[in-house]
Amino acid sequence: MAKQYETVIGLEVHVELATKTKIFCSCSTQFGGAPNTHTCPVCTGMPGSLPVLNKQVVEYAMAIGLATNCDITQVCKFDRKNYFYPDNPQNYQISQLYLPIARNGYVEIEVAGQKKKVRIHEMHMEEDAGKLIHDEWDDTSLVDYNRSGVPLVEIVSEPDMRSADEVIAYLEKLRTIVQYLGASDCKLQEGSMRADVNLSVREVGAAEFGTRTEMKNLNSFKAIARAIEGERERQIELIEEGKQVVQETRRWDDNKESSHAMRSKEDAQDYRYFPEPDLVPIIISDEWIQKVKDRQPELRSEKLERYKKEYDIPQYDAEILTNSKHMADIFEEAAAICGKPKKVSNWLMVETMRLLKENGMEPEDIDFAPENLAALVELTEAGTINSSVAKEVFEKIFAEDIDPKAYVEEHGLKTVNDDGALEEVLKKVIADNPQAVADYQGGKKKALGALVGQTMKTMRGKADPVAINKKLQEML
Amino acid sequence: MANQITDETIEYVGILAKLELSDAEKEEAKKDMEKMLDYIDTLNELDTDGVEPMSHVFPVHNVFREDVVTNGDGSADTLANAPLAKDQSFKVPKTIG
Repeated sequence: MAKQYETVIGLEVHVELATKTKIFCSCSTQFGGAPNTHTCPVCTGMPGSLPVLNKQVVEYAMAIGLATNCDITQVCKFDRKNYFYPDNPQNYQISQLYLPIARNGYVEIEVAGQKKKVRIHEMHMEEDAGKLIHDEWDDTSLVDYNRSGVPLVEIVSEPDMRSADEVIAYLEKLRTIVQYLGASDCKLQEGSMRADVNLSVREVGAAEFGTRTEMKNLNSFKAIARAIEGERERQIELIEEGKQVVQETRRWDDNKESSHAMRSKEDAQDYRYFPEPDLVPIIISDEWIQKVKDRQPELRSEKLERYKKEYDIPQYDAEILTNSKHMADIFEEAAAICGKPKKVSNWLMVETMRLLKENGMEPEDIDFAPENLAALVELTEAGTINSSVAKEVFEKIFAEDIDPKAYVEEHGLKTVNDDGALEEVLKKVIADNPQAVADYQGGKKKALGALVGQTMKTMRGKADPVAINKKLQEML
Repeated sequence: MANQITDETIEYVGILAKLELSDAEKEEAKKDMEKMLDYIDTLNELDTDGVEPMSHVFPVHNVFREDVVTNGDGSADTLANAPLAKDQSFKVPKTIG
C-alpha cells in the first residue's frame, strides 16, 4: 500500500494597514499614484533622514493583536533587517524581531463542521518595500517607491494547518477580523493582503516535521489552494524517489501552475538583525490597551446576531452578508434608505453573489452605491418595474453603478399599466396563436403560459405577468 | 591577538556587504575585524549580571507622529538622485522578485 502523507502548513500573512500616511514619514499611502509621487527623503533612505513612528500604526496593530487573542508586548521595539534589493532603498527594512508587538494568539476556524484553533506565534510591525516593474522594452526594471514605507503587520502562524481548506478558512477569518476593525481592506489582488505559505510533508504518524519550503507570489485564494496542492505533490515525489527536500523560497507561477526556486541555498539569508537605533522603544500601558479595546468596532459575530434580531434575517443569510465588511456596509446603508432589509438582502444574496461568481470577483470588489440598490428595491416595490426588468437593471447597477430611476426612464422600461394598450397586444397575440388558444379552451391550462410568454416578449418585458394572466383569462 | 578571522569568514562578510575586495584589502579587513572582536572580548570581561540590556541610548520612549499627510509630490527631488530614470521611475538592471 502506498504511504500516507500529511501536509503541515504555517502562514506568514502581510497586511497593509489602512493609515493615511506611511509608517515613518508623512507621505500618503494612497494606492495607484503616479510613480514616486508619494516619496520623501525618509522613505527613499536618504542619508541623514530620520523616521518618526505613526501612532495609528501601533493602534491598528494592537487592535489586530487583541482581536486575535494575542498578548500585547508592553515593552516593544524595532529592529533592522539588512538586505540588498532595489525595492529597498535603505538597504535595510525596519521591522521587529526581538520584541514584536503581539504574541501567543489564536483564531478559531471551521472546516466541514470541525472547529479548530490555529495558533498565532507572533505579529510584528514593519515597512513595505517599493515596487519593481519589469520593462520589456529595454529589459530593465523600473522602481517606484510609492509603496516604500507603507505600514504592514506580518502575522506569523504556528504550523497548525493540514490542508488547503484550512488555510483558506484561516485567511478568510483573519481577513474578516482585520476588515471589521477597519485596519485594512485586505485585497489580495491589490496586494494589501499577502500570504507566504510554509509547507512540509511527513508520513502520517511521524513525530518530526519534514523539511519545509516557503512559497511566495500567491495573490488569490485559488492560487493559494493550487500552490499548496502542487507543492505537496512535488515534495512527496522527491521523498518517494529517495531525494531530499531543499529548504528554499519558491515562487509560484499560477499560469504555469508550478513553482521554481527563488533563492539558492548558497546565497543563504543572513539578515544581521540589530536594534533600530533611530527609533525609541514603545511602552504600552494597561490604560492604552484598554482604550484600544473600548474603541473596538462591532465585530462580525455581534453584527450577525444583530441582523438576525433587528432585521429578521436567517442565520445562513446573515453569515453571507457579514462575511465581508464591505457587503455588510452596503446592506446596512441600502436597508436604511429603503426600509426593506429583506429585499436588499435578497438582491445581495442571489443576484450579487451570482454576478460575483460569474466574474471571478470577491465581495470586496462590489462597486455600486447602496443608494442605487435601495432605489431599485423602491422601484420594484412600487410596481414601477416588474421582476425580470429589475434583474436586467440590477446587472447594470452591478456593472456600471447606474441610477436605476434614470435608467428605467431613459429606456422606457416601466411596466405598462395601461389596460387599453395591454388589450391591444393581447388581441394580437390571441389572433397569432390560434393553436394555443384552442388548446387552452380545450382544457389544457398550460397553454396559457405560452400566451403569457408571447405577450411578455411582444411588450419587451414591460408588462406585469400577473396582470397579463388575469386579463387573458377574461378575454378567452 | 586572540581572535582569528578565516578566509571563509571574510569572503562571507564580503558577499553579505556586496563588497569586492582585493587580496590585500582582505588581509587588512581581517586584521580590523580581529581587533574589533578582541575589543568585544574586553567588554565581555565585565560582569553584566542584573543589568537590563539597553536597546537605545536615550531614556526616551513613545515618540509618535499623528496620521496626517503633510508631504506633497516628492517625485522631482527623489528622481534627482536617480542615475538612470524612465517613466518617472528609477531604472535598474533587470531584477526579478
